[in-house]
Amino acid sequence: MAVRVGVVVFPGSNCDRDTVHALALAGAEPVELWHETASLEGAAAVVLPGGFAYGDYLRAGVIARFSPVMRSVAAFAADGGLVLGICNGFQVIAEAGLVPGALLRNRSLRFLGRDVSIAAERLDTPFTHALAAAGAPLRMPIAHGEGCYFGDDTALDALERDRGILFRYVDEHGRRAADDDREANPNGSLRAIAGVINAAGNVAGLMPHPERAAEAILGSDDGAGIIRSLVESAARAAAGERPVAVGAR
Amino acid sequence: MTLAASPVEPLHRRLGVTDDELDAIRERLGGRDPNDLELAMFSVMWSEHCSYKSSRSLLRTLPTAGEDVVAGPGENAGVISIGDGLAVAFKIESHNHPSAVEPYQGAATGVGGILRDIFTMGARPIAVLDALRFGDPADARTRHLVDGVVRGVGGYGNCVGVPTVGGELVFDPSYGGNPLVNVMAVGLLEEPRLTLAAAPGPGNLVVLFGSTTGRDGIGGASVLASATFSDDDPSKRPSVQVGDPFAEKLLIEASLELIGAGLVEGLQDLGAGGITCATSETADRAGTGILVDLDAIPRREPDMAPFEVMISESQERMCAVIRPEHWDAVREVCERWGLPVAIIGRVTDDGDIAVTSAGRELARVPAPALTSDAIVHPRVASRPTHRRAAPAPGAPLDPSDRLPERGMDPGAVLLALLGSANLSSRREVFEQYDSTVGADTVVGPGRGAAVLRVKGTTKALVATTDGNQAVGVIDPWLGAAMSVAEATRNVAITGARPLGVTNCLNYGDPARPEAFWQLSEGVRGLGDACRALGVPVTGGNVSLYNESPGGAIAPTPEIGVVGLLDDVDRLVGPAFVADGDAIVLVGEVTPGLAGSAYAALAGVTVEDGLPALDLDRERAVQVFIRAAIERGLVASAQDVAGGGLAVAVAEGAIWGGYGATIRLAIANSPAVELFGESPSRIVVTCRSRFAPALTLLARQHGLPVEALGTIGGDRLTIELTGAGATGAAEERGSRVADALEVPVADLRHAWDHGLPRALGWRERA
Repeated sequence: MAVRVGVVVFPGSNCDRDTVHALALAGAEPVELWHETASLEGAAAVVLPGGFAYGDYLRAGVIARFSPVMRSVAAFAADGGLVLGICNGFQVIAEAGLVPGALLRNRSLRFLGRDVSIAAERLDTPFTHALAAAGAPLRMPIAHGEGCYFGDDTALDALERDRGILFRYVDEHGRRAADDDREANPNGSLRAIAGVINAAGNVAGLMPHPERAAEAILGSDDGAGIIRSLVESAARAAAGERPVAVGAR
Repeated sequence: MTLAASPVEPLHRRLGVTDDELDAIRERLGGRDPNDLELAMFSVMWSEHCSYKSSRSLLRTLPTAGEDVVAGPGENAGVISIGDGLAVAFKIESHNHPSAVEPYQGAATGVGGILRDIFTMGARPIAVLDALRFGDPADARTRHLVDGVVRGVGGYGNCVGVPTVGGELVFDPSYGGNPLVNVMAVGLLEEPRLTLAAAPGPGNLVVLFGSTTGRDGIGGASVLASATFSDDDPSKRPSVQVGDPFAEKLLIEASLELIGAGLVEGLQDLGAGGITCATSETADRAGTGILVDLDAIPRREPDMAPFEVMISESQERMCAVIRPEHWDAVREVCERWGLPVAIIGRVTDDGDIAVTSAGRELARVPAPALTSDAIVHPRVASRPTHRRAAPAPGAPLDPSDRLPERGMDPGAVLLALLGSANLSSRREVFEQYDSTVGADTVVGPGRGAAVLRVKGTTKALVATTDGNQAVGVIDPWLGAAMSVAEATRNVAITGARPLGVTNCLNYGDPARPEAFWQLSEGVRGLGDACRALGVPVTGGNVSLYNESPGGAIAPTPEIGVVGLLDDVDRLVGPAFVADGDAIVLVGEVTPGLAGSAYAALAGVTVEDGLPALDLDRERAVQVFIRAAIERGLVASAQDVAGGGLAVAVAEGAIWGGYGATIRLAIANSPAVELFGESPSRIVVTCRSRFAPALTLLARQHGLPVEALGTIGGDRLTIELTGAGATGAAEERGSRVADALEVPVADLRHAWDHGLPRALGWRERA
């Protein structure tokens, strides 16, 4: 039986249907979780999709964290539940403190919609275990105005030490992008951070859109491995196994 | 704005209603004078923007029939069946004047307005294409407008979650005082969900949902869209609407949910003319009337006068006609999406739009008088006598196409064309848009027509916009016909069949005989081309009065085409695919450089020597390329358009990352052969073993076909041979002209950097 994966729908979510489509392709049973409802409908994992949750007029994700569904998501995460935030979903879980760091305006101060390459820093997580190799470039789109990953040096050092960096922007050869490499790291993220994972290893977020790169017809299916990792991990969680979390050390 | 006559001017003239029109209004009211509220309602509904009073007689001549057409002109958007129980809805619309006054909001609300036209029909919007035209890119005002419009398109489209997948960005001095912002939207619907904008069933309720009604956009249709700019007019700023894409997102979801649940009898968005337009048009279409309860309309500010409420163009509002028993369910859906909703009236059987407040009737006007029976103005068309513009300083006076080609370096010309403001990469612009949301984008902006797969089928929709003002300013018939030819060809070269045409007719003041002649010729060209190519016109929009103190715009019929590809796996792109592939030219060049990018680059105003368009040839070329793709013969296909054959080949090389060696027999002149823009030509590449079959197929379609060369290496080499190929090299005693030979890396560099350089955009940190 297909494992149930929840997709949170805020009124301004606009990647919810894309995420549902990609999850179904990966064999999951996606279920939409309306922002005003506290129930997670028995989902074995929760995805927060991209969009503009409540319009994001103040700052991306800042209102969404106070919604009824987010209280349930936070409790679910605290209990070891699998949570993946994509784009605006990443902004929401960062605002909610479920993952470290903050997403600032892109360096260019402009919205950026284009393809980038990222590479997984680690494969021993519920979100990356099905990827072929660490460091292999994965091509997928970004589409955001506030995607510049930021933390102070102490926080970033701690993040590196705790293996909290899940994805980095890389050039076409898979080399880590410099902070000022406008081509490979277009939003100017510090230390080329494209995605992070919490210390417990069950909550992750990334700015690029794996759900838009999950079928060859769309130009890349490099994102499918991330979606598949999540669905397989959710199935294990549903079967009573703990996530393949490798916590802080 | 208040409704009062000034000491020197009666009220109707202040509202843009002429004395003749006032007489015509009295006629439709049984001889009585309209009161001030009624006059305000007439002023917006009889504006050019709402009534098409100058263009209606011309538009009637367009071919609109097609076997798959489900809804045509007169509805909010054209709808065409694509099989599998699905249909595509599409339309293009202008937001020129608001964008000139306030570029960000003007462009943003342009996107919002056209999206509403799509989901009003029951379709989910799946793509936006924006065709933008501005003046000199070096001009500070142009740069301000480009920046604001691009941010506006992105700010709105990115937030509502509809990908911006294509369009155009064109610079021409004629748009300096009056930019064009034309936005096309495409939507997909299940055919049974098709919803029309009518108000049937007396006794049914009229429900307004979405944003509240405020004072923004008062007179948008009449004051802004239907008059020329006298000067930079600060008084018009309050007429610009203000957009809220988050509200639009909620409106999309709520509307589609209401339609999906079968809760609405008719649906109409509120755009130009606001509540007056929505009620009168829906009532007129159904042969009913509507009684509006003014006090029930949710407002966002106090003390609004009745006329302000009735003609406000506040954005993100929808008007639904529902059965009384559905009210509770409708309210529940709207409230769940956080949208204010109210019953603002009911459908009647008296055929009138009546407005009441506190039990008092404030206005009563027959619905047809506001819409289908609005005044029609006979306009005078007159071909201009002096159409030859003065040559540029220093240019030869001889207005033939004997451009400076003797001794020219064709490689340098090619690089200059690729790096020019109009032909270079638009990447710096379209990267500010989300082009992939929806997870359907197979081909996004930047490489010809956009391609969107249709989930759950093998099909894909192909969409493009094209306009040719450079030819149109010399010959408006030809400009329009060539725009249709190019747009349909851009769809055909992917392997798709064009389904229908939507058009945005951007012209000058129709009261000026020369401008009206341009409009009449443009509509004639549009109709002729659509008939010859067998594509119906399913809708569009007319934008007149595009004039500023600097003059009128070049006549610009912007053509949007949607096509259907049955099997997305057969999709063919314009980029070169493999080393060793053969390069073949189908179709042949005709002399004439007028209206070409080469002529613009050479700084020569050529008015004689327009390229010839043979519509039967065009049709044959399009039928051929679809057949060739269907048989699997084609590796890549690119049509010859701006910059001519050399640019078409260079684009294939740049995008594919391959060089090529070509031998070009020169029958005319090198400039015409390399850079001429005569239509109905396609550069096709194929596996070399397929070249004979491809050639044979072209001949069977009655088409000239010429083997040009082979893909390979890292540079583009074009050898010029033949009697006409005598330029600088001949003077040196050589029998063969200089070859064009440029590394592909240099072509790419020129193409990449042209636009930011033209606009003065520094490398962004």
